[in-house]
Amino acid sequence: MCLAIPGKVVETYDQGGLRMAKVQFGGITREACLEYLPDTQTGEYVLVHVGFAITKVDEVEAERTYQALMELDQLNELESPVVEELDEIEAAKQATTSRFIKARNGHEIS
Amino acid sequence: MKYLDEYRDGDVATKIVAEMRRIQTQPWVLMEVCGGQTHSIVKNGLDQLLPPGVELVHGPGCPVCVTPLEMIDKAHAIARLPGVIFCSFGDMLRVPGSDGDLFTIKSNGGDVRIVYSPLDCLKIARANPDKQIVFFAIGFETTAPANAMLAWRAREENMTNVSLLVSHVLVPPALEAILASPENRVQGFLGPGHVCAVMGYSEYLPISARYKVPIVITGFEPLDILQGVLMTIQQLEENRAVVENQYSRVLDQVGNLPAQKLVGKVFEVSDRKWRGIGNIPRSGYRLREEFAVHDAEKIFDVAEIATLEPAICISGEILRGIKKPHDCPAFGTLCNPQHPLGATMVSAEGACAAYYAYGRHLKPQGKDAQHQIADPVHATGGSA
Repeated sequence: MCLAIPGKVVETYDQGGLRMAKVQFGGITREACLEYLPDTQTGEYVLVHVGFAITKVDEVEAERTYQALMELDQLNELESPVVEELDEIEAAKQATTSRFIKARNGHEIS
Repeated sequence: MKYLDEYRDGDVATKIVAEMRRIQTQPWVLMEVCGGQTHSIVKNGLDQLLPPGVELVHGPGCPVCVTPLEMIDKAHAIARLPGVIFCSFGDMLRVPGSDGDLFTIKSNGGDVRIVYSPLDCLKIARANPDKQIVFFAIGFETTAPANAMLAWRAREENMTNVSLLVSHVLVPPALEAILASPENRVQGFLGPGHVCAVMGYSEYLPISARYKVPIVITGFEPLDILQGVLMTIQQLEENRAVVENQYSRVLDQVGNLPAQKLVGKVFEVSDRKWRGIGNIPRSGYRLREEFAVHDAEKIFDVAEIATLEPAICISGEILRGIKKPHDCPAFGTLCNPQHPLGATMVSAEGACAAYYAYGRHLKPQGKDAQHQIADPVHATGGSA
């Protein structure tokens, strides 16, 4: 019920005294009321709930959150390296690489 | 789609869960407040990814679920009246009252219409000046600004044929009711992201402080929810209890001020009955006196209807995080989405309906059986 979907504002206009926008969600475009986000510009991303834009999506914060999540396991690896596993992965990588090089140079892959 | 796809990345999900395993030292019970979060958790199997001992219980944040049966019966009585066009969000249409649902009324000749936005009611009212347009205004704080705008515009444009049947509920009083209960098991909350997009999160600071409970305002995508769980566990493990914001790309502490302002002009706080839970003081909105001519409860003389909920239904305990759908003897047998017996089965966002839709028909065997596949070392030995 509190579902709100992020979409890109592609057009803003006035309709019967209300500030409105056309908002693009993937391939679908729908109308949304901009009365609660009056300074919204074309090209910005807003969250739309039951036909009303309720908040903007902050691009910088979105990137920051995602990067923080991406970097999570780097901390783990510093604290608890599993040496045997790393060695196995490294050995597998080298084997694959040498097979690839052989194949590229015209050698048969056994 | 931008801002959706990147928060559904399975590799990153694995990293977050690994971090949970690294820091967790003891069992914790967390509650996700929102029905939308419950749906996302069950749909994506997020609860089954969590380390053993981290349990998610499902909160009361589904407005369709908690709309009391009396109010649904009132809506149905109004929708049956000649000369009425009854407008509603789609998910209210198949909620059964004491005698059928809105679809049944429509198929019997009632004029029931699904609207995408409350503003659609204004268009319908202009096209049907001889009819009474009644909108079923339900929802949490997220939906209140949209519904408030309908009442506001109806009054501004003097559209006397537009009214609202209001059954609005508020999240913070429900959290307090859960925490104040002696049966409470919840040790941390994933707060409602879109409610806070409108309201900000200042209201949650005193609750977190008073009950010494972490509240992490959380989004709805799989990575949002997993990060929300991680942040809550971090607080619990460090013996901290504050309000934190996982969903910073969407909200801040202040929220949407123009929306809050109009909501305050149109609605006032009132007591509300929650289906499955009962009356919670100051837990909802009603229209202010200035909007009496647009208040369907005042315009239509619908007698108080006495209703009876099935005694077997445990939805009240599910909504407060005390029990799970599997604990109910009627789950999936007497009670299913086609024939719901209570609050948590009537909407797709209800915990029971989500468990039913995503094949969680069988109770996990043994205490932590759901984790056996993921983590054989920590499993406690069920018979499955």
